Parts: sequence; C-alpha cells; structure tokens
Amino acid sequence: MHFEYHVEGGNFSQAGFTSSQVKKTLKQLNVDGDVIRRTVIALYEAEVNIVAHAYKGKIAVDIDPEKISILLDDEGPGIPDIQKAMEVGYSTATPQVREMGFGAGMGLSNMKNNSDRLDIDSVVGKGTRVMIINYFNPTR
Amino acid sequence: MAATNNLVNLEKIAQLLDGQIITDAGNPDRIIEGAFASDLMSDVLTLPTKHLLLLTGLVNIQAIRTAEMSDIDCIVFVRNKKVTVEMTNLANETGIAIIHSPFSMYKASGILYQAGIKPVY
Repeated sequence: MHFEYHVEGGNFSQAGFTSSQVKKTLKQLNVDGDVIRRTVIALYEAEVNIVAHAYKGKIAVDIDPEKISILLDDEGPGIPDIQKAMEVGYSTATPQVREMGFGAGMGLSNMKNNSDRLDIDSVVGKGTRVMIINYFNPTR
Repeated sequence: MAATNNLVNLEKIAQLLDGQIITDAGNPDRIIEGAFASDLMSDVLTLPTKHLLLLTGLVNIQAIRTAEMSDIDCIVFVRNKKVTVEMTNLANETGIAIIHSPFSMYKASGILYQAGIKPVY
C-alpha cells in the first residue's frame, strides 16, 4: 500500500492530519497497538517539524506485510548540524512553535526512540529528508 | 488518606474537579488509572503509558492531536479555558473526552492524586 500526503509549512491547524490518517489505516490493518503508537508518535513529531520549520513537504507512506516505511521530504532551511539537533534541549523553534507546546528540543530524540530505524539527511538551504521504518513484529 | 482502591471513572473525575464533560465521545463510565499534567506537548509525547488523563492549560488543536497520537483517553482543560468547536469535533472524532474545570492545574492534580489516580513518574 502506498499513500502520499502534502504538508504546508506554518499551517498548525493541519499539523497532525497525516499522522491521524496513518493511525486510522494501521488500526484497520489490525497492527499491534504499541507499534501503531510508536509509529504515529515518530511521524507526528516529524510532521510537526515540517510545519514548524519548512515551507512545504511531502510524506510518502509504504506499508507491506512486514513493516511501515515513511519518507518525509521537505523544502526548507535544512539542518546545519544533525548531531547537535539530536541533542535533547537543542532547538531552533520560533516563539509561535513554543506557544503550540513544542520547540523544547525533544522531537528528534523522541523520533529515534519511537522508530526501529531513523535516517535523517539534510542540505542547508534546500531541505530535509527523514526516513522512519517500523516493523510490525514487535519482537524483532 | 488516598482512596486507592476505588476505581475512578470520567463522570466522577468531572464531579471531583467541579467540571463537566463537554464531548460526546468519551464513555462517562470509562475508568482512569493514571494522569500527567503538562503544557509541554513535547513532554507528553515521550510518555511510556497509554490511556492516561492529561491535565493542561494549553488550549489549541495540537493538544488534541498529541492526545490522539499518545492514546490519551481524556484531557482536562484547567482554569475554565474554553476549547474551540474545531477542537471538540476532533476530540469526538478520535474518541477523546474533554473536561472543563475551573480549578488550577495544581489543585486539580492534587484532587486527582488524592482520589487514587496514579502519576506516570
């Protein structure tokens, strides 16, 4: 199964729409509840990051019998130092993002904690590409 | 003494907090065992526990989205902060109960703790 969604930078009222759709789909597929929760938390963090930092983004979701793979591709400022961005407490979020209850510098590390595999590539001035993979068999 | 043996449902929580359930989605008989109080949604998203009650003063659509992703059953908005129609609709769609309470986060937390609702940490 393949789904694609578009995310608009700065549109906080829509942030989380894709994560919500993916949650519904995984529920319909009877995926384990803990796997669903980890997946949508990682995805939601990433989706909020696009809204908070990028101009626009695309989310491609692929589901096969073994796993869910999510590719988030944004056009935005990029991340100059990914290692630094992974540190808890480091944030470049605007006051508007903080007013929404985010921007505490916890997002990337929480994405890592909720993914079986997380890859982040970024080009400053162009954008960021995030790949999240979670396997459906929790014992893996 | 804390009444740790009594199961506390949403209806009882609304009563204890002098509040009301404003959504149709949550079953008033739903039992709540644990709670977390925060205005920082980033922190809520790191919690290891499901089916919690969230006490917050942060009134925006992302509070509902955060609850949806975290499998939180109920949100208590403290200090009489009113939610928007958009927020109520999303909560109803996603099966999350919303309670309005006039109490402060501190007071509401204390009352629920005393009623036997467990903390996450």
